[in-house]
Amino acid sequence: MKKDQYLIEKNGNNYEVVIGLEVHAQVLSKSKLFSNSATKFGSEPNTQVSLVDAAFPGMLPVINEFCIRQAVKTGIGLNAKINKKSIFDRKNYFYADLPQGYQISQYKDPIVGEGSIVLDLPSGPKTIGIERLHLEQDAGKSIHDIDPSSTLVDLNRSGVALMEIVSKPDLRSPEEVNLYIKKLRSIMRYLGTCDGNMQEGSLRADVNVSVRKLGSDKFGTRCEIKNVNSIKFMQMAIEYEANRQAELLEEGGIIDQETRLFDTKKNQTRSMRSKEDAHDYRYFPDPDLLPLEFDDQFIEDIKSEIPELPDQKKDRFIEKFKLSPYEATILVSDLETSKYFEKVIKNSDVKLSANWITGELFALLNEKNIEIDQSPISPENLSKLINLITDGTISGKIAKTLFVEMSNGDQDPKKIVEEKGLKQQSDPKELEKIIDKVILDNPDNVQKYKSGKDKLFGFFVGQVMKASSGKANPKIVNDILKKKL
Amino acid sequence: MTDIINLTLTELVNKIKSKEISSTDITSNYIERSKSSKKLNTYIEETFDDALVNSKKFDAKPDLQKKLPGIPIAVKDLYCTKNVKTTAGSKILENFVPSYESTVTQNLWNSGAILLGKLNCDEFAMGSSNETSHFGNVLSPIDNNLVPGGSSGGSASALAAKLTPATIGTDTGGSIRQPASFTGTVGLKPTYGSCSRYGIVAFASSLDQAGPMTRDVKDCALLLEVISSFDNKDSTSIDFKRPNYFSDLNKNIKGKKIGIPKEYRVEGMPAEIEKLWDNGKEYLKNCGAEIIDISLPHTKYALPTYYIVAPAEASSNLARYDGVKYGFRVEGENLIDMYEKTRSQGFGDEVKRRIMIGTYVLSSGYYDAYYLKAQKVRKLIKNDFDEAFNKVDAILTPSTPSSAFKVGEKMDDPVSMYLNDIFTVPVNLAGLPGISIPAGLDENNYPLGLQLIGKPFDEQGILNIAYSMEEKINFKLNTSDWWNK
Repeated sequence: MKKDQYLIEKNGNNYEVVIGLEVHAQVLSKSKLFSNSATKFGSEPNTQVSLVDAAFPGMLPVINEFCIRQAVKTGIGLNAKINKKSIFDRKNYFYADLPQGYQISQYKDPIVGEGSIVLDLPSGPKTIGIERLHLEQDAGKSIHDIDPSSTLVDLNRSGVALMEIVSKPDLRSPEEVNLYIKKLRSIMRYLGTCDGNMQEGSLRADVNVSVRKLGSDKFGTRCEIKNVNSIKFMQMAIEYEANRQAELLEEGGIIDQETRLFDTKKNQTRSMRSKEDAHDYRYFPDPDLLPLEFDDQFIEDIKSEIPELPDQKKDRFIEKFKLSPYEATILVSDLETSKYFEKVIKNSDVKLSANWITGELFALLNEKNIEIDQSPISPENLSKLINLITDGTISGKIAKTLFVEMSNGDQDPKKIVEEKGLKQQSDPKELEKIIDKVILDNPDNVQKYKSGKDKLFGFFVGQVMKASSGKANPKIVNDILKKKL
Repeated sequence: MTDIINLTLTELVNKIKSKEISSTDITSNYIERSKSSKKLNTYIEETFDDALVNSKKFDAKPDLQKKLPGIPIAVKDLYCTKNVKTTAGSKILENFVPSYESTVTQNLWNSGAILLGKLNCDEFAMGSSNETSHFGNVLSPIDNNLVPGGSSGGSASALAAKLTPATIGTDTGGSIRQPASFTGTVGLKPTYGSCSRYGIVAFASSLDQAGPMTRDVKDCALLLEVISSFDNKDSTSIDFKRPNYFSDLNKNIKGKKIGIPKEYRVEGMPAEIEKLWDNGKEYLKNCGAEIIDISLPHTKYALPTYYIVAPAEASSNLARYDGVKYGFRVEGENLIDMYEKTRSQGFGDEVKRRIMIGTYVLSSGYYDAYYLKAQKVRKLIKNDFDEAFNKVDAILTPSTPSSAFKVGEKMDDPVSMYLNDIFTVPVNLAGLPGISIPAGLDENNYPLGLQLIGKPFDEQGILNIAYSMEEKINFKLNTSDWWNK
C-alpha cells in the first residue's frame, strides 16, 4: 500500500476507487459546429438559433472547419493520435430540447484517438490515459421553472460544438480527479480551444466510478454519475458513490450498472436509470455529412500553431529560472499566470517574483475573487516594486504596505514611495542620530545587553525601526548598532 | 389557349424571347386549365394570384436573357418555398410555411420562372402511386381511376395533363422516373450530388435527388441546366463542371455502347415490356449505337437493400416532426404523451410503417444484420455498375415492370407496391443518373417507359441517347381530357 493512496475502509476491508471521466468541453468558437449561429453565453433565449439549429424541414448541417481545427489542436495537446478520417453519426433520441430528434456525434470513428495527460502528484508524476476525443453537438436547454404549466426551451446552445474527452479508468481518488480536470482545462486554455469556464457550463463531466477490494486486478461494476459541473461536486459525488458501493459490497450486495445523478443539496447520488432502461440510440453514420477527411499537411499546419504547453513551460521554468518543481507547477498551471510571471521577471529577480506572485498577488486575487488577467496590479508595476526591494530603496515590510496601496488602482510604486516618503533610510549619518537617541533613552537595556543579554539586540532594532516609521534600512541599522553597543 | 398549353417548355421560351406571347398569356392559360382540372387533385397549394402578379411584373420589364423567362412552373410540395405553404403531403406539416427557399426552386426563380403552385405527392415522398398523401390521391390524366405513380405523382399528373409546362420532382427510389413512365412523360434523376438537397424535405438523405420532369428530352436538358448547381449549404453537393446540357444536346450517339443487363429480365414481366425493351434496342441500333449484354449480378438484392437503407434514414430524418417547434401538435398529458399523439395522428400509415422498419433495422442487436449488411450490399451494387461502365457508355432497361395500375389496387399489399421500383432503386443506391422516356403503350393504351442509366455525372450522355431514341420512338401523348368533361 502506497503512503498517500486513497482508500475506502469498510469493516476493515480496504477498497480502491477506480474513476474514469467523460469531460464535455465546449469548443471555443464564434459559431456552432454545423451552422453559423453565434455561441455567446448568456444571450437572450432563442436569439442565436438558425434554421439548422432548430431543425427546420430540409435544413442540412455543414461542418464548421474551425471547430475541426480546434479538436485536432486539442488532440495534439493531449499527445493523442489524430484520425485523418472520422465519421459523424446520429445518436437518435427524443427530447424537447433536441430539435433534430438526434444528436450529431462521433461514435465508432472519432476525430482523436488515444492520448495522455501527466498529473503532478506529490508522490511524483502520474500518466492518465485518454481513450478518445470526439466532436458532437450540444442540445438546447429545457427550462421547467419559469412557467408553472409548461416547459420552455432555449435553443441558443443547440448545435454548439462540444469535445467529449474520455479518460481511461486510470484515476484513483477525488484529488486525482481534481488535478486531472485542472490539467486538462489548463492545456485547453493554453491552446485556446476551450475557456474551461465551469460556471457557464463550458466544462462538465460524467463521472464513472467503481470500487474493488485492494489488490484485485478486476474492475468492479461501474456507475455513471451524469453531468457534474464543478470539481468540488465531482469530488463529493465520487466520495459518496465509492462509499455507497463499498458498503453495498460489504453487505453482500451487487452493484447495478446504472446512470446516477448527484444531488448537490443532499450530497448524494441517486439512480436515474438502470442499464435495462438505457436508450437504444440507434447510432448510424449521418448521411447528410460525408466522412471527415484531412491530410497530414492539415495536421502539420495546426501543429505549427501549438504554443508551449504547461509541461514544457514547467520544464523550462525549472531549467532556466531554477524554480522548484512546486513553484513552477503553480506558475504554469494557468496560462495567464505564466504570462504574468514572464512579464515580471523581464526586469526583476526571478525568485522574488515567484514569491510575490504566488504569495501576495494570489492572496489578493483570492480575496477579490478575480482572475490574474483582471489583477489590479500590472506585471510592470509589480516588477518595479520588486526592484525597489532589490535595490534597497524600500524594505520588504514597506513593500507589503506599498503593495496594498498599489492594489487600489494600479499605481506606479515609485510614485507612491516618493509621495508618501516611504523610501528606506540608508544614510548612516541620519541613522546614527536615531540610534544614538535610542541608546540614550534606554540605559537599563544597554546595561543588560552589555552584561550578556544578547537577545536584547532585537529590541534595539525594533526601537530604531519604530523611531524611523519603519523606513530605516535594517541591514545598516544592524551594522551601526553592533558597533555602538 | 389550346395552342399555348400544347407548346413545350422550349417552345414557350422561344416564343417569349421572340415576343410572340407574353408571360401573362402563358400563366393565365395554365391557371385556367389548372382550375378546370381539380378532379385530378394535383395541387396542394395554388399560388395563381401571385403567379399572375409576377407574370405581369415580368412582362412589364422582361429579362429575355434568362433561361426560363416568365415561365410559370408548379413544383412538387417537397420543396420548401418561402412564404408558401409546404406540406410534403403530410398532415404533420399541413400548415407549415417556410421562411426560406430551397436551392433548386431558387435556381428556377433566378432563371425567370414563376411559381404556379405546389403539387401533390406521397407523404414525405413515400409511395409509388400518390395514394399516401394526406391531401388525397392524385389521378392520372391517362385514364379515369388510374394512379399517376409516385411519389412525384402530382407533378407527373400535372405535367401530363398540361397544367404546368414542366415541373420538378424528387427521386429517392424512382419517384421521378416511375411516374414519368406511368404518364408518358420524361423524368430524370441526376447523379447524387448534382442538385442541392438544401430546402427539400428529407426522406432518405443518401438517396434523395431533385430532378426535372418534362414533356420531352429537350425540355429536360433545359430544366436540368437550370436546377443543377453546386451548393455549399449541402455537404453532399458535388462541385463538378456542369455542361450546358441544353445547348450541348445532340443526337450523335454513333458508336455508343449500350448495355442490356440480363438481371432486369425479371420473372413475370409482361410480354409487352419485353417487346418495348427489344424495340428500344432496335432504335438504338438504328441510331448507330452498339448493344452489349452485361450483367449486374447483385440486382436482385437492390430492393431489399433499399427498403432497409431508406427507412433507416427516414426514421431518423422524420424524428424532427415532434410537435415541439413547428407543424401539427396534439397536446398531451406530458411530453411523451404529446409526442405519441402528435406523431400517431400526424403521420399516415405508410410513413409509420417505414419509421418502424427503419427504427427496427437500426436497433442494437439488429444493426449488423440489417443496416450494416445493407450498406455492404449497396457497395456491391455500386461495384456492379462501375464494372459495367468499363464496358458500356450507358445501360438500357425498362423503367417499371408494369404500366400504371388502378387506384386502390396495391394499397393493401405494400410489397407488391414496392416491386414497382425494382428497376429504379439500384440507380439511387449507386448514385447514378437515370432518365425515363416514354417508349410505347400497353394493351390498354397506358404509357410505358424505358430507362437509360448513365455513368456518374454523365447526364449529358444519357440525355443525348434519350434525345436520339425519342425521335425514333415518336411517342405521342394523347389524353382525352376525361376529367374535364
